[in-house]
Amino acid sequence: MHMADALISPAVGGAMWAVTAGLIAYSAKKVRDEADERKVPLMGVLGAFIFAAQMINFSIPATGSSGHLGGGMILAILLGPYAAFLVMASVLIVQALFFADGGLLALGCNIINLGFFPCFIAYPLIYRKIVRGNPTQLKIMFGSLVAAIISLQLGAFGVVIKTVFSGISELPFKTFLFLMQPIHLAIGAVEGLVTAAVVAFVWKARPEILNAAENSIPIARVDMKKVLLGLVVAAAVAGGVLSWFASSYPDGLEWAMFKTSGKEELESHDNVHVSLAGIQEKTAFLPDYGFKKSGAEAVPETEAGVSWPAVDSGTSVSGLVGGALTLLIALLIGLGLKRL
Amino acid sequence: MNNIGRNSFDIGYLDTLAAGDSPLHRLDPRAKVITTLAFIVAVVSFDKYALEAMAPFFIYPVVLISVGGLPAGYLFRKALFILPLAVLIGIFNPLIDRQILVQIGPIGISGGWISFLSIICRFILTVTAAFILVSLTGFNAVCSSLLKFGVPKPFVIQLLFFYRYLFVLTDETERMARARSLRAFNSAAMDFKTFTSLVGNLLLRTLDRAERIYRAMRCRGFDGDIRIIGSIKTSWRDIVFTSGWVLVFVFFRYSNIPLRLGTLVTGFLK
Repeated sequence: MHMADALISPAVGGAMWAVTAGLIAYSAKKVRDEADERKVPLMGVLGAFIFAAQMINFSIPATGSSGHLGGGMILAILLGPYAAFLVMASVLIVQALFFADGGLLALGCNIINLGFFPCFIAYPLIYRKIVRGNPTQLKIMFGSLVAAIISLQLGAFGVVIKTVFSGISELPFKTFLFLMQPIHLAIGAVEGLVTAAVVAFVWKARPEILNAAENSIPIARVDMKKVLLGLVVAAAVAGGVLSWFASSYPDGLEWAMFKTSGKEELESHDNVHVSLAGIQEKTAFLPDYGFKKSGAEAVPETEAGVSWPAVDSGTSVSGLVGGALTLLIALLIGLGLKRL
Repeated sequence: MNNIGRNSFDIGYLDTLAAGDSPLHRLDPRAKVITTLAFIVAVVSFDKYALEAMAPFFIYPVVLISVGGLPAGYLFRKALFILPLAVLIGIFNPLIDRQILVQIGPIGISGGWISFLSIICRFILTVTAAFILVSLTGFNAVCSSLLKFGVPKPFVIQLLFFYRYLFVLTDETERMARARSLRAFNSAAMDFKTFTSLVGNLLLRTLDRAERIYRAMRCRGFDGDIRIIGSIKTSWRDIVFTSGWVLVFVFFRYSNIPLRLGTLVTGFLK
């Protein structure tokens, strides 16, 4: 579920960073306004709890796979959306820095996928609507199950959208979507069951904790309109500015999503029927990048395989040789510096 | 449950490295954060078929690792450990994109393989850059630099608190998991019921712990505000470090040095 830097473009990563920064500032202000000083240590320790609890796995019968606790939903139930969002963001930052679970540039994307959706969409719009202020065990379990499934579906959809917009992975939108959503339906169901079971456990052992959480969260003041409006504006501004930069680069950053990749994706569905099983040549893509590497000296394809080094691939071979040499030089520089 | 032990060892080890002393360790954390981000953006901004043009960027991790005295093998293994994730998504590129881009003698290399290798390169570069940042700076210093960058204080405090209790909670989790594993005659699999009560108990203990910490803080005069001692000073070294590397990145990004070098060599061989 964590996205890596290698698969996103700077424009997508930057836009999501901007949105995340706005959300963090907004949530931090809300948490400060709540002025519940008890929450300061509580948030920190609960973050550590989520991190630690995710290391415990249980086996799912008859599948050979294992599941663990998801973070966002249980945090939102215990802390409310704003504090939970901050905790989730801090967990993801540490995972990115220490385990490379999701990259630094992709941090914004991951915080949106795994923090924003459970805390600001699934929790207020689903869990709260189901529990409605008077928790019973059944309501709590049902609410956390449904909310966890929905938030994971939204997160998986977020991964697909961001990957496709970045244009680094070759996976077409539809294929990727059909791959991701069902898998995450299963994962979401497991995660939902775990969340429901743990929340129910706490409810049975210490009901006052959930009651207190329920009462202390001023959920009525979650102004979704403001949050969403801010999100859209931040994403549009950041995306616009960055894509303008991107498209003014001489070699093009492969972003310009509506012009190139957006169209490519459509063509690949209509003409070529790209499927995972029957893989075909993407002839429709040929004019787009067939001669990209060779640049100006575009030579007919037929000549390419005949002579060595082929005229067409001259630059590519030089590139590979040069790349290998550069790596060697880098290594030598490192060894030299170590000797000093 | 080796897994849990290894994780907490990893975090601790990176922090131990950060306690080292080298010209790079002594730099202003802000300089290192900015340089790392510039590096990642430069690497990620390459065209999806860029491969050889990325090679000069390996100089950055190599130089930092050797000057900072970091264990190259350990960092490399750590990066390799998560490589399967990148392979999982990148492997579709060679399957879908089969247009031949490079022809070396009789062997044609498709665009998909080029972009796949490009993804792997990006992955190794960005991941090691992040590891290098923490192991040269340490998490607390990164946090205090965030505060200077204008990140809201409640969030920075959250990061610091979370990091502080990470070790405590990981240890506690490891103890609980080990206790279960000993009583279950070391069977690796945990069933759902055991899992729920284990995690539920951990959560209850955590909530109690939070309350104890809060009381302890109150006793020591906590009034809702946490003061962070920030004594970061920027010197000319930091400015030279950051601006120097950024210039290098821009140069590497826009002039395809390996291609020129390669053309020179292959031209000479002919």
